Amino acid sequence: MATLRIPAHVPAPSEDAEQLHKAFEGWGTNEQLIIDILAHRNAAQRNSIRKAYREAYGKDLLKSLDEELSSDFERAVVLFTLDPAERDAYLANESTKKFTSSNWILMEIACTRSSYELFNVRRAYHARYKKSLEEDVAYHTKGDHRKLLVPLVSAFRYEGEEVNMTLAKSEAKILHEKISHKHYSDEEVIRIVTTRSKAQLNATLNQYNTAFGNDINKDLEAGSDDEFLKLLRAAIQCLTVPEKYFEKVLREAIVGLGTDEWALTRVVTTRAEVDMVRIKEEYHRRNSVTLEKAIAGDTSGDYEKMLLALVGAGDV
Amino acid sequence: MALPNDIEALDKAFSGIGVDEKSLINLLAKSNDEHKRSLRTGCPKLFTEDENGFERSDQSYKKNLQHQFNRFRDAVVLSLLHPWERDARLLEEAIKKGPKHYNVIVEIACTRSSDQLLGARKAYHSLFDNSIEEHLASHNKATERKLLVALVSAYRYEGPIVKEDVVKSEAKILYDALENADKNNPLDHEDAIMILATRSKPHLQALYQHYSKTYGKTLTQDLEEGILKDTIECLCTPEAYFNRVLGAAVEQEADEESKAALSRVIVTQKEVLRKGGCVADKIQDSLSGLYKELMLGLIASGDIKEDDS
Repeated sequence: MATLRIPAHVPAPSEDAEQLHKAFEGWGTNEQLIIDILAHRNAAQRNSIRKAYREAYGKDLLKSLDEELSSDFERAVVLFTLDPAERDAYLANESTKKFTSSNWILMEIACTRSSYELFNVRRAYHARYKKSLEEDVAYHTKGDHRKLLVPLVSAFRYEGEEVNMTLAKSEAKILHEKISHKHYSDEEVIRIVTTRSKAQLNATLNQYNTAFGNDINKDLEAGSDDEFLKLLRAAIQCLTVPEKYFEKVLREAIVGLGTDEWALTRVVTTRAEVDMVRIKEEYHRRNSVTLEKAIAGDTSGDYEKMLLALVGAGDV
Repeated sequence: MALPNDIEALDKAFSGIGVDEKSLINLLAKSNDEHKRSLRTGCPKLFTEDENGFERSDQSYKKNLQHQFNRFRDAVVLSLLHPWERDARLLEEAIKKGPKHYNVIVEIACTRSSDQLLGARKAYHSLFDNSIEEHLASHNKATERKLLVALVSAYRYEGPIVKEDVVKSEAKILYDALENADKNNPLDHEDAIMILATRSKPHLQALYQHYSKTYGKTLTQDLEEGILKDTIECLCTPEAYFNRVLGAAVEQEADEESKAALSRVIVTQKEVLRKGGCVADKIQDSLSGLYKELMLGLIASGDIKEDDS
């Protein structure tokens, strides 16, 4: 469930565009107004506002935001304003670049979006970067990472709830066999994780637990702690219990010394309209403090206000 | 008494790809018992002398005839289906039937546009309650799997932008992969698969040209028949591929798989074939009856664009 809160009466996109334009005028920028509008509109509404803004002022709203805002606040606003498919395409492309490279983010996008959403990302990627997502991912990864990531971003999983229990049992067996021989990047493991529907995969992992007594990720931890294994475990988590995965990312971003703003921004902006409610519950359960409190304690200023607005704190 | 002409006509009616329905009608409408008996005696392929005093039919030949009669029916249905359902069903059949039919998977994955392939994948969900990559990967554990799954999962960029330096470096990678084919199967070569399965078609076509210029031979020249060769042909020289496939279908010794290509290719590729010309001539002599009329009619109307939505 989304934490994004939209007012009962939403102004026309042209009005919102006008207000935003006013927010940029003059010496300073009215950040609060920007938050009041953009953090309280859904994707379709934001797209309409961008369109209206361009029609009225001959400029992309995002460009104005880029010029007027800065730092973490800017990143949060820009990322959130983007249409989800464009946003993911942007994040994915960022992940293939040398200095910001991250297999995690590619895996996260590939595994936590629905089949149709993922395909929209691939389409947006064509439009924006004039290349296919899979060709960039393939080019920038090697070996086991490529073996896992390319099929993950290329998947178009069946989305039905049907489950074949016999298949679940036999594939749980295959997984167990490969894992006990430490063949973590075996083709069969990759095949099962990258092609089966989420419902089927869930059933398979439940069977694994029933038949072999351990959660699959526990068995995967028993191996050496290499990057590939970590990625594989995270992928499995993302495919089956994404809210737990996101809770962990948030916790690691917030707790302890310093804050990983990029991770925090990414999770909040990408999940505010999807399942932030569950993520918050998970966060509270695990950390005994609400996510809002944790964010407030770890961030400040307009950045903090933007994040809090997106996770549903405060007034609409 | 059946004239030798009639016996010849019967044999001919059954010998092509498809069945000459008109000729059969002419033959049988006027045929009485005497006539039919001499037809039977004159057609040892279909009828043999039984010790009990009658000419018995050969059931396996009858089965073959069924194939021929059904060609028209199957081509009609294939023609009517939504392109996505059509491709999804062709893919599913190929997966089920196994390695000998993998060329169909390659053909569909590589010759359809990115959105057409996506459509086929969506249709596959609806029709078979599974994703195509799921079925394909679980039906085949052999080396071909890597390339095939990657091909059906692709959503290639379709714009014209091509980077020359990447074309050159990737041509070299393919060259090395193919030169060392006897030591390492190219189907296992990660980078070769990456190139073939993810790069855009304009990129691959530029690569094909560059390869020929640089190494003095085409990418496929030294390749054996198989999915690797089919893949490269479908992506880089699709017209040549289709001409080859159609040519093979009308050869004397063509088997059922090869002949099945006729309906499949003509129904789905009529625009390409119409542009290429001369297909009609190639198939004129080998096809019969309504089936032939349908196929020729499709090719002739090839400039009527199919709906992509």
